[in-house]
Amino acid sequence: MIKAWFKSGTPWVWLNAAAVSACLIMVVGVLGLIVVRGVGHFWPAQVIQFSYQEPDGTVQTIIGEHIDSSITPAAMAKSTGHIMADDEDTLVQYLIKTGNRDITGTDFRWILERNIKQQQSPAELMVVERREWGDFYGQLLAVKENGNIIAEGARAWPVVQTRIDEALTVFKEIAHLEKKEVGAINYSLEQLRLEQKKLQLKNRWDAEAEQRVAAEKADLEIDYKKYQTQLSELYRQIRRDSLIAKTEGGKEIEIPLAKVVRVFQPNTMSLFDKIWHYGAKLVEFLADDPREANTEGGIFPAIFGTVMMVIMMSIIVTPFGVIAAVYLREYAKQGFITRLIRVAVNNLAGVPSIVYGVFGLGFFVYILGGNIDRLFYPEASPAPVYGTPGLLWASITLALLTLPVVIVSTEEGLARIPSSMREGSLALGATKLETLWLTVLPMASPAMMTGLILAVARAAGEVAPLMLVGVVKMAPTLPLDGNYPFLHLDRKFMHLGFHIYDVGFQSPNVEAARPLVYATALLLVLVIVGLNLTAIIIRNNLREKYRELEG
Amino acid sequence: MTAQHVRTHTIDMSSVLRDQKKTDEPNETCIKVENLNLFYGEKQALHNINMEILKKKVTAYIGPSGCGKSTLLRCINRMNDLVDSAKIDGKIILDNENIYDKSVNVAALRRRVGMVFQKPNPFPKSIFENVAYGLRIQGINDKRVLEETVENALRGSALWDEMKDRLNDNALGISGGQQQRLVIARAIAIEPEVLLLDEPASALDPISTLKIEELINELKEKYTIVIVTHNMQQAARVSDYTAFMYLGELIEMGMTSELFTNPQKKQTEDYITGRYG
Repeated sequence: MIKAWFKSGTPWVWLNAAAVSACLIMVVGVLGLIVVRGVGHFWPAQVIQFSYQEPDGTVQTIIGEHIDSSITPAAMAKSTGHIMADDEDTLVQYLIKTGNRDITGTDFRWILERNIKQQQSPAELMVVERREWGDFYGQLLAVKENGNIIAEGARAWPVVQTRIDEALTVFKEIAHLEKKEVGAINYSLEQLRLEQKKLQLKNRWDAEAEQRVAAEKADLEIDYKKYQTQLSELYRQIRRDSLIAKTEGGKEIEIPLAKVVRVFQPNTMSLFDKIWHYGAKLVEFLADDPREANTEGGIFPAIFGTVMMVIMMSIIVTPFGVIAAVYLREYAKQGFITRLIRVAVNNLAGVPSIVYGVFGLGFFVYILGGNIDRLFYPEASPAPVYGTPGLLWASITLALLTLPVVIVSTEEGLARIPSSMREGSLALGATKLETLWLTVLPMASPAMMTGLILAVARAAGEVAPLMLVGVVKMAPTLPLDGNYPFLHLDRKFMHLGFHIYDVGFQSPNVEAARPLVYATALLLVLVIVGLNLTAIIIRNNLREKYRELEG
Repeated sequence: MTAQHVRTHTIDMSSVLRDQKKTDEPNETCIKVENLNLFYGEKQALHNINMEILKKKVTAYIGPSGCGKSTLLRCINRMNDLVDSAKIDGKIILDNENIYDKSVNVAALRRRVGMVFQKPNPFPKSIFENVAYGLRIQGINDKRVLEETVENALRGSALWDEMKDRLNDNALGISGGQQQRLVIARAIAIEPEVLLLDEPASALDPISTLKIEELINELKEKYTIVIVTHNMQQAARVSDYTAFMYLGELIEMGMTSELFTNPQKKQTEDYITGRYG
């Protein structure tokens, strides 16, 4: 009976099904965990006010959001130093985000459930999201203009809303002026300085050049002065207002509105308000620069850097891989040497990525980049231009890393094209090159796309080599901007994968950053899926077009 | 003689006589094969072949599988160059020029000697682009010229009426028989002098086969045709001259009517009467 069952092959079918299910469960589990942990972060949580008895017996107020709970068995709690009563089986602790780092020194604390005397959610509790020192939790007391109180008590709330909107508008204007306009002037001044030095190095720094550069400099200075006065006016405006708030301990503090991102009272928010708030936070996350050592704000530069790097990598790796594969498959004499090359190429795919990073740093950055600097940018020395990690070197290093997959899949694609196609083309008087170009390569294009898809999937997730050849924790400028020549391949950039590592493990405030790690991870997955889907759609269109002969 | 043989024989004769009436032009040599030997590595596939192929006639190569008839055909447009191990000596003279001379441009030669393969091999492009392919690689991109040539070629292969409304459809979507005629249209679009057909109907159904045979009859008014076939009835129906090959050697060649009615060699007789082997 059992023997017959084994012979029928059913157990192996079940085994296969089990393996597939295990894989699916793992994938769904990983994605599920990331989504659940990452997506909830922006939802405004209830702010709770606890009356809490400290271990020394004093009772004090704690205001904050409930983040996490932990339940410890009594025995284990005892061994870690907690005093447990005989009838207690477990020790329940809550992790509370209390904010107010500037006053208490920490944003989080664990409290014991049994010591909570009372807990409630008063409507007037507010959260202030600040540009520095993290969130503030407390009660609004008054709004000040130029140091004079203009609204107090219940009337303060609507006033603070309008004042913050004003302050945010001014803040945006300041940011625009500083980043775009003044940034452009600084860039031009730097270019002028370099030009001057270049001419001096070439001994062509004469009166005429000096005059021209001086004139341009003067023009820029005038613009700069103009922006400077505008900026100081804006700064005066934004510094005008502030709010007075009371902390949990009853202390009053003044927060300038220039330092505030948003103020909200989560306990009074309706569902619609919360959705609106969530949307605003999500947009901020996707479109803004990071603040506070990357633990707050957005991750736009990292998204941009990742996509940019992957696109650059694709542009570099595709032609190289395809040309190499065409030579190996179509032109090279098949024999020992080509076999050796194939083995080498396949083994390249197995080299640990950090080794590529070291190679990229040693060869591309120092040797190639250093020589480029010496030859073409002597005026910039001692500051390096290309002789330092940057987008170009990161892209080339990753292109090298992903070259094997492109070569292997293109070769397979070329091998799959029936020889009748080549013969048909040759018999019409086409040369070998024409046959390749007009018939073989278009038919092999889906295979090339497959190679590119694999390359993108690998490159977008790679972090280790990038840390050596161009990724930084915080890049002040994007590699693509409005200053000529627009694409700055020498610049360092931010990357989602490195951002996850940095926020999660290098940040001063790990607890606060943890949800961001999940959110960023989710985004990284989405970016890779997006890039891959684009490539897959292109490939499927090509496949449809060059569907191979049947029968 | 067996009864089987008599029946085959009578059918063959009637079709041969029907075809013979059409071809009464002066006989002029188009291709001359002289002392051709071909080796695949160590193995010799063709042994000292000598033959003349006449202009605007249909010459058929018959013989059992592996006898070298396709190999010989592929020598005429130097398709064997693609096989790394193939080594050829001897001459094939086309219009007073040895096509194996070093100075010969192979691509130009193949433009003069078109070829159609056993399995239809249209490119994965539109029907129009398939026929225009040969012109495009010659750098002809004028839309009017292309359209005119494509129409003429499709008419020439009796495909115009079926295809004129779907020129932009993918060529892989039409039937096998239509694909084979499309491939013939593609070959005649560049107006070659010689057309080599390598078992053009062996992958097709009887109706499509009939259409291809009718087409060959029409094409021989303009082109010199060499056809390889497994099917002796087909050889008898379409060809003016027939060459019988066996184990890489040319055993016998002559007018189709004579070869089938009165073979000179014992081997030929055995083969055409089905007593082969």
